[in-house]
Amino acid sequence: MENKEIIEKIRFNVVQGRLEKEDEGYDEGLEGQPAVKELIEEAIQSKVDPKSIITAGLSVGMEEVGERYEKGEYLIPDMLASAEAVGMAMDILAPHLSAADVHGKGKFLIATVEGDLHDIGKNIVAIMLKGAGYEVIDLGTGVATERIVDIVKEDPPDFLGLSALLTTTMDEMRKVIERMQEENLDSRVKVFIGGAPTSEDFAKRIGAYAYCRDAFHALDILKKLEG
Amino acid sequence: MEETYRSGTLIKPYERLSKEQVELIDKTSLEILNDPGISCYNEEAVDLFTKNGAKAEKGNGFWNLRVPEKVVRDAVENAPSRVKLGARKEENALLLDAKVPLIYFGSGSEANTWLDVEMERFKKVGGDMEVDIPQFKTCRGSVSLLCRAARISEQLEHLDFFIRPVNIQDEGITEENHDVNKFFASLNNITKHVQAGLTSLNQLDNVIKMAEIIVGGKANLRENPIISFITCLFKSPLQMVEDTTQKSIEVVKRGMPLVISSSPQGGSTAPIKEAGMIAQINAEILCGITLAQLVSEGAPVLYGSVPVRSRMDDLHDMYGAPETAQYNLDCVQMARYYDIPCYSTAGVADSKVPGIEATVEKLFSHLSVATSGAQYIHYAFGLLDRTNTFCPVQAVLDNEQIGSIKRYLRLPMVSQSDCEESLKQIKKVMASSNRLYARFVRKELHLGNVSQPYRFESRDMEDRVISKALKSLTELEERPRSRLPDETVDEIYDCIPGILSCIRDI
Repeated sequence: MENKEIIEKIRFNVVQGRLEKEDEGYDEGLEGQPAVKELIEEAIQSKVDPKSIITAGLSVGMEEVGERYEKGEYLIPDMLASAEAVGMAMDILAPHLSAADVHGKGKFLIATVEGDLHDIGKNIVAIMLKGAGYEVIDLGTGVATERIVDIVKEDPPDFLGLSALLTTTMDEMRKVIERMQEENLDSRVKVFIGGAPTSEDFAKRIGAYAYCRDAFHALDILKKLEG
Repeated sequence: MEETYRSGTLIKPYERLSKEQVELIDKTSLEILNDPGISCYNEEAVDLFTKNGAKAEKGNGFWNLRVPEKVVRDAVENAPSRVKLGARKEENALLLDAKVPLIYFGSGSEANTWLDVEMERFKKVGGDMEVDIPQFKTCRGSVSLLCRAARISEQLEHLDFFIRPVNIQDEGITEENHDVNKFFASLNNITKHVQAGLTSLNQLDNVIKMAEIIVGGKANLRENPIISFITCLFKSPLQMVEDTTQKSIEVVKRGMPLVISSSPQGGSTAPIKEAGMIAQINAEILCGITLAQLVSEGAPVLYGSVPVRSRMDDLHDMYGAPETAQYNLDCVQMARYYDIPCYSTAGVADSKVPGIEATVEKLFSHLSVATSGAQYIHYAFGLLDRTNTFCPVQAVLDNEQIGSIKRYLRLPMVSQSDCEESLKQIKKVMASSNRLYARFVRKELHLGNVSQPYRFESRDMEDRVISKALKSLTELEERPRSRLPDETVDEIYDCIPGILSCIRDI
């Protein structure tokens, strides 16, 4: 297959939200055909430039997905399927990116705070960020404040995302930010918070960089930062 | 060629009565028909019954008719268990099979009043807050409104058959031309099955002729009966009236499908107790079905049950009462016991206007009666103020509600392959970092297996259900119409006297 053709197929399958060949797409009759995973592997074998795969395949595909979502043609499951496909592609491509001098949009550490096991929202944000080209490190749920601070200290990410669903656990976010201030990490790492009980006011009160209503809101804020 | 029918919802019926209770009701109903018997005001019916073994004793203007069990059993045995109700668009035809709990919903019931809704903006006194509040305007039913009701009903996706929801009371409409006008106004605006009562027996042949013109002749009408009739033979309790009984006899003689309907009111014209109400209405319907089969063996009839409880403060109907729903559920089981398709009743609100009360009352019976597996559920769209008012905005709301009920009652999708597919999915998700099933929703979403949010929901603190339903109604009414071809309309006007000239242009 020509490089251009592989990239085009990657784009198409991102739009279709197909990770593996057994997946159905948005359109009918695609099951069994190579999907993003198989195509990326083929592209690597064929020595297609990873930068082109990302810019002309994955990113263009995700842009189209975003447009379809805006028009109401796609729903959240369609969006997530595509983002997941891109995330998986980025995982496969990761070892080849530094060699090709390709840099991601940044590192995003994400966690649900201590005492809280809710993770649907956090997981959606993680999928969408990965799909948008961020390197996402998901620490999971109920993550202790000290553990978050230690990881941030060890290898500071560009962004830290904190999630909580309970009014009883949201205060953990304040504790994380306070500890980061004590360790002088707050100026290097932008803290995003989200979750049902949180708000713009709360974010301001505890010194978070941004409050995110949902995954799309988070992406909007990041896009503005990208300039 | 295999016939196609409108898709209904196949359900697993809920049976309120035990087998023993059904048999008890059956026994009691047959005892009622034998003693005290019925008061029959129609001589031809008396002749038919007595020739077949019933006993009649002349009273003052009526006969006391005692019908032995065997007469009823033999006749009911002859009633078909499957009845086809045709339609202008053949894919809208319905096949009602007593053995199959496939449910359809339709309209009714000749309300005299039409209720229009308009939204008006109000401003808070001494403040800036503004809010939209529905305003209601009533008018008398007319030919033009009936045409409009048929056009709206054509567009309501969950309305499976059409019984005119509004009575026509225009100047120029008389007892003599009432039937031809109401049938033409309906048939010219809807491609679904059209059913109605008959105002004047003199017009029966004209109405049938009209249907024959539409389908292309007698034989075609027999194959595709695009119209059928409703007759309420009984004035409860147990009085078989002259007029409607004769209409039933004549409809059956002409081979057209017929609903044998009875509508007693628990607490006034029937016992309020469930056992008594069901035994009486069942006796009345069985007696009507017996008559139809005596007129013509194998006559296509529906078991028409419209029981309702009365209010104790004014003895009016009380459709929102739990007992009304119970009565209806029981009747569906009785119809199934006799292997006759059931014409049942649900969705009438006692409330005078659309809103919370109407929704509560309607949901209660829409859902409960649907669970019974009644093949043909009428009164389900737009009826308010018992059956006195038809409101098109309410019909749009009912359409949405019935759509949800149809989805809710669908048979479970749990097969070997469903379980295998689910297991595979669960394993995949558990192996992923995000543990989300969202992307696997897509297949079900595209297959139409995932319900959508309530169509008239608000995302903020203001309830906009009625204004959104009103907007939806406007959109429905702007869609292209499904009128009869001009040449068919010309032929109808040439052959059938009495149709108002204005109807063809409405």
